[in-house]
Amino acid sequence: MKYVLSRLSFFIVSVWAAVTINFVLPRMMPGNPADAMFAKFQNNLTPQAMTALKLEFGFSNQPLIVQYFDYLKGLITLHWGLSFTYYPTPTKTVIAHSLPWTIGLVGITTLISVFLGTGLGILIAWRRGGALDNTLPIVSLFFQAAPYMWTGLLLLYFLSFKLGWFPLAHGYALSVQPSWSISFILSVLKHAILPGITIFLGSFSGWLIGMRNNMILTLGEDYVVFAEAKGVRPSRLMLMYAARNAILPQITSFAIAIGNVVSGSILTEVVFSYPGIGAQLQAAVLQQDYPLIQAAFLMIALSVLLANLLVDLLYSRLDPRVRAGGATV
Amino acid sequence: MMTHPLEDIHANEVNLPIRRKRFRFFRLLCSDRRSLVGLCLFSLFLLVAVLAPVIAPYNPLSTNFAMNLPPSYAHWFGTTATGQDIFSQFIYGTRTTLTVGMGAGLLATLIGLAFGVTAGYIGGWVDTVLNFVTNIFLVLPSLALLIVIESMVHNTTPWINGLIIGFTGWAWGARVFRAQTMSLRNREFVTAARLSGASTLRVMAAEIIPNMTSVIASNIIFACLGAILAESGLAFLGLESVNSVSWGTMLYWAQAGGALLNGAWYWIVPPGLGIALVGLSLVLMNFSIDQLTNPRLRKQGGKRREQSTARSRN
Repeated sequence: MKYVLSRLSFFIVSVWAAVTINFVLPRMMPGNPADAMFAKFQNNLTPQAMTALKLEFGFSNQPLIVQYFDYLKGLITLHWGLSFTYYPTPTKTVIAHSLPWTIGLVGITTLISVFLGTGLGILIAWRRGGALDNTLPIVSLFFQAAPYMWTGLLLLYFLSFKLGWFPLAHGYALSVQPSWSISFILSVLKHAILPGITIFLGSFSGWLIGMRNNMILTLGEDYVVFAEAKGVRPSRLMLMYAARNAILPQITSFAIAIGNVVSGSILTEVVFSYPGIGAQLQAAVLQQDYPLIQAAFLMIALSVLLANLLVDLLYSRLDPRVRAGGATV
Repeated sequence: MMTHPLEDIHANEVNLPIRRKRFRFFRLLCSDRRSLVGLCLFSLFLLVAVLAPVIAPYNPLSTNFAMNLPPSYAHWFGTTATGQDIFSQFIYGTRTTLTVGMGAGLLATLIGLAFGVTAGYIGGWVDTVLNFVTNIFLVLPSLALLIVIESMVHNTTPWINGLIIGFTGWAWGARVFRAQTMSLRNREFVTAARLSGASTLRVMAAEIIPNMTSVIASNIIFACLGAILAESGLAFLGLESVNSVSWGTMLYWAQAGGALLNGAWYWIVPPGLGIALVGLSLVLMNFSIDQLTNPRLRKQGGKRREQSTARSRN
């Protein structure tokens, strides 16, 4: 319980930190981007609307601390301003349309990556020095070192342009209407395959090699040696004795992994013109759509923090030592 | 300055194993086939970066050539949609990307050391505060943060990008260094140094940091890799001055210049392959560092593995 509370409070404080970074950055930067942002709106808005918008973002002539609380109030009451690119659509509507795409893509790909990487990691550690153990880690490391956009561009070029197996861009075919129909779902899946493979290739290596190394360390433990001497069946030894314990450190490395995957997903979405929040953030930056940039960053940060919180809570279910408050993560 | 007798004794004691350790590191780097390949590959790219003006046949930004030429003898990697020589761009791009990546990686490691060692050694509320800041930077999605910063500093050079990447990418190192420092903090030689009157700064710089070289080396490697990927990602998104010549800007222009539509695979392949190979060379070198930090990965002992190991190594 103490563990859950400490994780919860870290979550709240880190959300606060993300929010504060969003407030501080535009005020800290040279050339005052805040002015640039409002200059963008100049032609679209009446002076009254302009003042209202500035207040919404906490920009006023008042002292910084007052601005800060105005800004916090605006955030909590969901007044996130209007997008410049999609004027006059509120940024929260733009976000609501793009976030599910990213969460779906990143979430499902990460699940596949974790299960496949961990499973194969168990296997190659068990057959250490075998053919698979000598090749798979190196191949996976190559793709980890390769930039996401490059893997994506190559897949797009060879599989979509040359062979025509997959669509060239977007989240679904323009000929189908978004609905819960079979044709729409199939179209979405077909459009998600290449971006999914790109993210998978970029993130697979960490899970594979992490699990392999944990496994090798665990297999050297005395209790595993004793169990084997006692005559425990190999499959049971591998899965129930070694893998079960080797899997725990994998979960703690999730925090760093999910950040990388989200970074990779931004690049991947841009390559495939995927309608997710990463591509939206990039478009907003090129359009200097500051309200949208801020909202997109906040939502990306919030999603990552939330994912971390969930994994931390899951970890406490899996490792009784944490629940009892014995070990610190 | 007066030297305390105790200080001399422990200095001898500590320095000796370090020197041996350093030697062991190079021997290990050369004895592991994977690491040797990594070392050679990395040296090759380093050589290309240093000798770029000698190797590159043309000015990378000159637009004097025919557009969209496929690879030929005159243009090994073909030309871009604006008639630039892709091979020359690749060679000069090596220089930019490696310099920025290594610079940012080193900067991130230094900041990480400052945060991690201070937090781990001093402990108390200093640790609480520094560790908290570290954890925040660790969980915030780095590329998204970089994009937001870039959106406010326009048209940055690769060097400025390297600085920004270094200043935002130190958290993982800080966490590892903190843990390492905490395990070293109560060893005899550290206590001896403290009792002999060495200042806190001296204990951290002369006793603790030299005893975690393998962890630092490993961190430099991953920080460099991360910085190279971050810099090229930013450049690809068009957030770096598009007139700079780096592997990331090459990919940006390849996509913007319709390389896919024109079938110009030779424009896309070199920069990404360069990044991937440099990254691979880095992680291959890390294999032997890993074995140094974690001897059990090296030692082939233990059941089961015996049959297969004899032939797998060497």
